[in-house]
Amino acid sequence: MTETAIEVSDLRKSYGPVEAVRGVSFAVERGEVFGLLGPNGAGKTTTVEILEGYRERSGGHVAVLGHDPQKRSRELQQRVGIVLQSCGFYPQLTVNEAVAHAAKAYPHPRQTRETVALVGLEASSDVRTKQLSGGQQRRLDLALALVGDPELVFLDEPTTGFDPAARRLAWNAIRALKDMGKTVVLTTHYLDEAQTLADRVAIIKEGAIVASGPPSDLGPGSAGYRVSYLSGGSRIEHQTEDPTDLLHRLTGDAIARGERLEGIEVARPSLEDVYMQLTAEEHVATTGEGS
Amino acid sequence: MSPAGLAWAQFRLERKLFWRNPSAAFFNFGLPLLLLVLVASVFASKPDELDVLIPGVAGMSVMATTFNAMAYNVTFRRDQGLLKRALTTPVPLGSYFAGFLGNAVANAFVQVGLVVVIGHLAFGVDWPKDWGELVVFTAVGVASFGALGIALAQAIPNFDSTAAYVNLIFLPAILISGVFYSTDSLPSVLDFIARALPLKHVIDGFTGAIVTGQGLADNAGALAVVALWGVAGIVLAFRSFRWE
Repeated sequence: MTETAIEVSDLRKSYGPVEAVRGVSFAVERGEVFGLLGPNGAGKTTTVEILEGYRERSGGHVAVLGHDPQKRSRELQQRVGIVLQSCGFYPQLTVNEAVAHAAKAYPHPRQTRETVALVGLEASSDVRTKQLSGGQQRRLDLALALVGDPELVFLDEPTTGFDPAARRLAWNAIRALKDMGKTVVLTTHYLDEAQTLADRVAIIKEGAIVASGPPSDLGPGSAGYRVSYLSGGSRIEHQTEDPTDLLHRLTGDAIARGERLEGIEVARPSLEDVYMQLTAEEHVATTGEGS
Repeated sequence: MSPAGLAWAQFRLERKLFWRNPSAAFFNFGLPLLLLVLVASVFASKPDELDVLIPGVAGMSVMATTFNAMAYNVTFRRDQGLLKRALTTPVPLGSYFAGFLGNAVANAFVQVGLVVVIGHLAFGVDWPKDWGELVVFTAVGVASFGALGIALAQAIPNFDSTAAYVNLIFLPAILISGVFYSTDSLPSVLDFIARALPLKHVIDGFTGAIVTGQGLADNAGALAVVALWGVAGIVLAFRSFRWE
C-alpha cells in the first residue's frame, strides 16, 4: 500500500477562457491533515472538487488512493468521504434515517448511532433535517461523509458560518478523524483553523500555490522574530534572527536610562502574516471596499 | 449492497419522502381523485359524460404524477444540492434514478388503478374492456411525461418559479385535451394544439381501453405520438441536464 494518499501534478482547470487552476502540484501523505488555504475564488474548491471526482480537470495528473477520481469508480467512492459546500438533505427524513440510508452504499459502514454521536447530534437524532440549525446541518453533512468509515475525508470549508462553540466541536471532530488515522483534506479561509488543525498547508492564490509546508515553517526565511515595544505612544518594531541578543541590548539600554519597556512582545511571524503578505492584493482590495 | 438492492432502497426512501410531503401527496393523489368524485357526482346520471370523465381523469393523473412531479422534484433537488450530493456518494447513478423514477411510475399506476376502481364501484362505469391496452398506455405515458418533466426542469431557473412553469403547461393541457368534458366542439386551433400534444392521445388510448374496447391496433397512431414526445423528452433531458 502506498504511503501517499493524494498526488497532484500540474493540475489545470479552465472554464472557457478563464483559468481557475493553473498548474497546481502537491502531495498528501496518509494520516495527515492537509489544509488548502486561500481567499474566496482562489481555486481551492475547484481543486478539491476535481479530487472528489465531481469536476473534470482540463490538464495535469491526479491520483487519489491510486485512482483517477474522474473515472468515478465505485471502489474509490466507497473509500472516500466528502463534505461539499452547500449540499442539502431530504427535508422529510430524520437525522437517523438520513445516516442509515447513506450507510447502505458502503461495504463496511459505521453504526448509525455511533456516527450520529461522533458529530454530536445524538440529541437531534429523531429530528427532521429541515428543522436543524445551520450548524447542525453541517454536522449532519459530516456524519454522512463519515458513515462509510472512509480512509480519506474531504472537508470543504467545514466551519464557514459557525459560531465559536460549533466551531470548536467541529475542530474536535476533525482531530478525532486524525486520531483514527484518517487522511483529511481541508479547505478553509480561516487562518486559525488551518494553523490549529493542519499538519501541512498550501496557500493557493489565483489558481496557483504560492507557499506550502507545515504552518510553523511558513514564516519568512530571514528575520525570523519580531520584537516590539511602546515608546512615546508608538510601537517600535525590530526584526531579528537572534532575539536573545536583541532583548539583552534593549533591556540593558532601558535599565541604563532608568525606563521601562512598555508592552514588549516577541513573536514569530504567524501564518497570518505570511498569508496577508502573500494574498496582499485581496487584502488591499477588501480594505478599500470597506472605507 | 448490489446496485439493484440500492435501487430498491432508494425506491423505499422515495415512497417515505412522498407520503411525508403533504403537498406532493395532495397534488398527486388527492386533487385528481377529488376532482374525479366531484365532477362525476355532477354527471352521475349521464353515462356518456362519465365515459369521457373516467379516461380523462386517468390521463390527467398520469401527467400529474410524472410530468408535474418530476419537474417539481428535479428542480427542488437541484436547488437543494441533493443532485450534487448524489454524485458524491457510491450509489450508482442508475440505482439512484431507478428508485427516483420508480416512485413516479408507482404513483401513476396506483392512481390510474384508483380512478378505474372508483369509476366502477362508485359510479357504475364498466370494468375496462382491454386491460393490456390500459397498461401499455399507462407505461408509455409515464415514460413520456416523466422524461418531459425532467426536460422541463432544466428550463426552470429555480424552485420558486416551478409552479408557474408547470401550471402554464398543465392547466391548459387538461382543459383542451378532454379531461372533464368532450372536446368534439373545440375551436380548430385549440383542437390542433391538443392533437399535437401527448395528453389527448393518452386519453384516447384510455378511452379505447376502458370504454369503447378499441384495441391497440386502432390506437397505434395515438401511441406513436406519445412515444415520439417521450423520445424528444429523453433527448432533451439528457442533453440539458444540470446537476446544480
